Amino acid sequence: MTTATQTAAPDGRAKKGGRPGFFTLLVANRLAAFGLAVLVMLALTALLTPFLPLAPPDITNPANRLLRPLTDGHLLGTDELGRDLFSRLMWGTRVSIAVGLSATLVAAFVGSAIGLVAGYAGGRTDNVMMRGIDMLMAFPYILLALAIVAVLGPGLMNALYAIAVVNIPFFARNIRGVTLSLAHREFVDAARLSGKGHLRILLTEVLPNVLPVIVITMSTTVGWMILETAGLSFLGLGAQPPQADLGSMLGEGRKLLFTAPHVSIIPGLMIFALVMSINLVGDGIRDVLDPRLKSGALSRPAAATAVKRDNVPPMPVAPSEAALDVQDLRTEFRVGSDVYKAVSGVSFQLRERECLGLVGESGSGKSVTAMSLLGLVPTPPGRIAGGRVLYQNRDLLESSEADLRKMRGGAFAYIFQDPLSTLHPLFTVGDQVTEAIRAHQPLSYRDAWKRAVELLEMVRIPNAAERANAYPHELSGGMRQRIAIAMALANDAEILIADEPTTALDVTVQAQILKLMDALQDDKGAALLFITHDFGVVSEICDRVAVMYGGRIVETGPTDEVLNSPAHPYTRKLIDCVPVLGEPERRLDAISGLPPAVNRLPQGCAFADRCAYVEPACREGDVALEEQAQGRAVRCIKPLKAETPEAAQ
Amino acid sequence: MLAYFLKRIVLAVPVLWGLTVIVFLIMAMIPGDPATAILGSYATPENVERLNRQLGLDRTLPEQYFIWLGNLLQGDFGRSYSLNRPVLNEVLERFNATLILAGASLLLCTVFGLLAGIVSAVRQFGWTDRIVTFFVLIGISMPSFWLGLLLILVFAVNLQWLPPSGMYAVYGGGDLADLLTHLLLPAVTLAVVATGVIARLTRASMLEVLRQDYIRTARAKGLSERRVIYRHAFKAALVGVIPVIGIQAGFVLGGAVYIETVFQWPGIGRMLVQAISTRDLLLVQGGVLVVAASYVLFNLLADMAQHALDPRLKS
Repeated sequence: MTTATQTAAPDGRAKKGGRPGFFTLLVANRLAAFGLAVLVMLALTALLTPFLPLAPPDITNPANRLLRPLTDGHLLGTDELGRDLFSRLMWGTRVSIAVGLSATLVAAFVGSAIGLVAGYAGGRTDNVMMRGIDMLMAFPYILLALAIVAVLGPGLMNALYAIAVVNIPFFARNIRGVTLSLAHREFVDAARLSGKGHLRILLTEVLPNVLPVIVITMSTTVGWMILETAGLSFLGLGAQPPQADLGSMLGEGRKLLFTAPHVSIIPGLMIFALVMSINLVGDGIRDVLDPRLKSGALSRPAAATAVKRDNVPPMPVAPSEAALDVQDLRTEFRVGSDVYKAVSGVSFQLRERECLGLVGESGSGKSVTAMSLLGLVPTPPGRIAGGRVLYQNRDLLESSEADLRKMRGGAFAYIFQDPLSTLHPLFTVGDQVTEAIRAHQPLSYRDAWKRAVELLEMVRIPNAAERANAYPHELSGGMRQRIAIAMALANDAEILIADEPTTALDVTVQAQILKLMDALQDDKGAALLFITHDFGVVSEICDRVAVMYGGRIVETGPTDEVLNSPAHPYTRKLIDCVPVLGEPERRLDAISGLPPAVNRLPQGCAFADRCAYVEPACREGDVALEEQAQGRAVRCIKPLKAETPEAAQ
Repeated sequence: MLAYFLKRIVLAVPVLWGLTVIVFLIMAMIPGDPATAILGSYATPENVERLNRQLGLDRTLPEQYFIWLGNLLQGDFGRSYSLNRPVLNEVLERFNATLILAGASLLLCTVFGLLAGIVSAVRQFGWTDRIVTFFVLIGISMPSFWLGLLLILVFAVNLQWLPPSGMYAVYGGGDLADLLTHLLLPAVTLAVVATGVIARLTRASMLEVLRQDYIRTARAKGLSERRVIYRHAFKAALVGVIPVIGIQAGFVLGGAVYIETVFQWPGIGRMLVQAISTRDLLLVQGGVLVVAASYVLFNLLADMAQHALDPRLKS
């Protein structure tokens, strides 16, 4: 679990800096705060009950039996023996909370002890203990408690033990898991080497790191334990008269359900309020202590990216000759008050039958550009904030979801990186290709399947008819990528968008896939937008190249020219990153520094901070993408000359 | 697949065996001397000793266990002294009623839990989601025995739509319609908590799945949103939810103890509570064993369903 590592990590600085404290976060969660308020109120009244001016809870008064609520002197009425219900409720709540808490403490103590020892000792000890725990968990929860009560005999203390015992497995399992991951960490080894005994290591090194998990488990089980002890009392197996907890009040009142429902309804309401407030607080605590569940992280992406454009370039008067014309595209991610401008004003044209490479480091905005074209950027938090995507003189950013769907996989087809995660793990590959076909062609499943097998043959999958029945995890990475390509070719797309299709593959497979894509693109006459960070791959397959940095295109031109004489210092650096076979003396320069954070883009050139040739003018104003020669443009006030010596730095 | 199922079934045997060990140990913990308890405190030592020998209590604990286990395997669960009939007969008869109740509840909580979870995930942060989340929170905090009383008050006492208790009408009835009208309230009551748990988990699981790359692929193929959610996302989410449905079977079987008491359903839970109050321990022991064994089988089924659904588990 991450909680433990987080506490162990020396990140005190980060904590002081931005992260608000545990309590602040808990209270910021409105529901948790509400639960906490209710809980504190209930706990306070329970604590103060002996000091409140209440009627004695156990004094019977047959003359006043079964008074309705709001009777004079009896706020909640009386029960069948004339006892004041309000007073009994207060005392009963006190007992229920006390019993629930005690059961939790007992279960937490014993369960954590088992978990700590099993996780720390490992091996056979662990095995034996956990098998025992598994056995306990093989029982339906309450049944085991019943069996224990059956043996010990009815009574509040026995009910407490029974509920504690059946909850021990939860603690043992959770704590063991965390302990296991800690048992061989450096600080534990260090303590062992320094000669500390096992018990001391467990108590001083391991326990403090496991504590958050114990707290989470307690907060999520205490509500249950109160509920279940009340349940046993309700069945007459817990508190015995005249002692009363909420459950036994409810159980006794049940006999009067038809004549005096308030006698049973009121204590039930109290149990409900108690358990609900504890659950609310428990959920809050878990959210705060368990960073994986941070809010917003689990937002569901909508079917298409939201489009809210502030500036829209005018529609061109003359129809564009290009297959795809992207104008001033802007895509942002809004997280809290931060705006990440992942793509800020990208324009390019993809001509028919050509291959355009979109090149840049991670975070340069190249993938987001590609995803934006057909609204595949997840919303929230993404949204398209400006620009046009023109295809056949229509702006795709204006099309309805239904139209977008026709384009997706129809005229446009995507090929993604890492086909293990991009293919559905639970459907056969043949089924997935068939589905792609049937999404756009009115074929029967059987005919579409035949067509799918043909496609698999086309991407040179051996034994295609048989392999079509395989699941993605049964195929190699290269095979999976071939499947993805087959899927993209299913409906004779005019425009293929390949997002790092070879990055997850090893080099030989990479070469095969590139060759295949090159051949198929020629064969089908499709235009290809090829996204990569690797100039080596670009040189293999692309006719033209556009280099992206900080969400903008910084250089564009025919691949050969850009490769031979890069004009932007960044392009030069990227090219220098590519190793060349047979030139071992060549320096492989990593680009120092990091790409700019796109929520705080600097003024002027975004690359200035990492550029060897930077001068004050670079940071002064926006640098325009200026055309240098036919088909070549660069966003730099001092572009490199063709002969710039490599020793410039 | 078949080989795996067989392996799973074989693996369930040690679990079942473990159940008998635990039940036996719990019963062996009974404080006091059973012979004295049976004969009363004025029994002569000779009589106590003779009875102990008759009951096999003079042997070692492991010996006692294996004799007891041998009897179990022959279907001899002992004789209930309060009912004066063989434990197994009584238990099986009662278990039938519990299985009807628990099965109906399990069906309800699975269907409604999955539906609520999906709808809630698909309309994340919308009104539907908030309403579902609210009811889920209430559902999982509700003492089921109290909810049962409320439902009886509303639907049986005030509206008089449904019978307040029992499994069949006392006069006439006895057909399926009669059973269903009697079943509705207890089954719903028993299902509420489990529905909440399943809905919560389904929602989380769906949200997790909807962010996966293969969902983006499904969208990039041009599939309709309905197909993306109900075919691609739901199937993947279900794989994570099924084991929890198996666990809910345990909560439903256990929770039946309360619900059967509230609705006077003639099931094994109510039998257990009565047996505990009359200290009929053999009856308790038989009931616990049978219910626990059925829980093991429920989990086995869930495991097989998950396996049938997820081809990755095969390798």
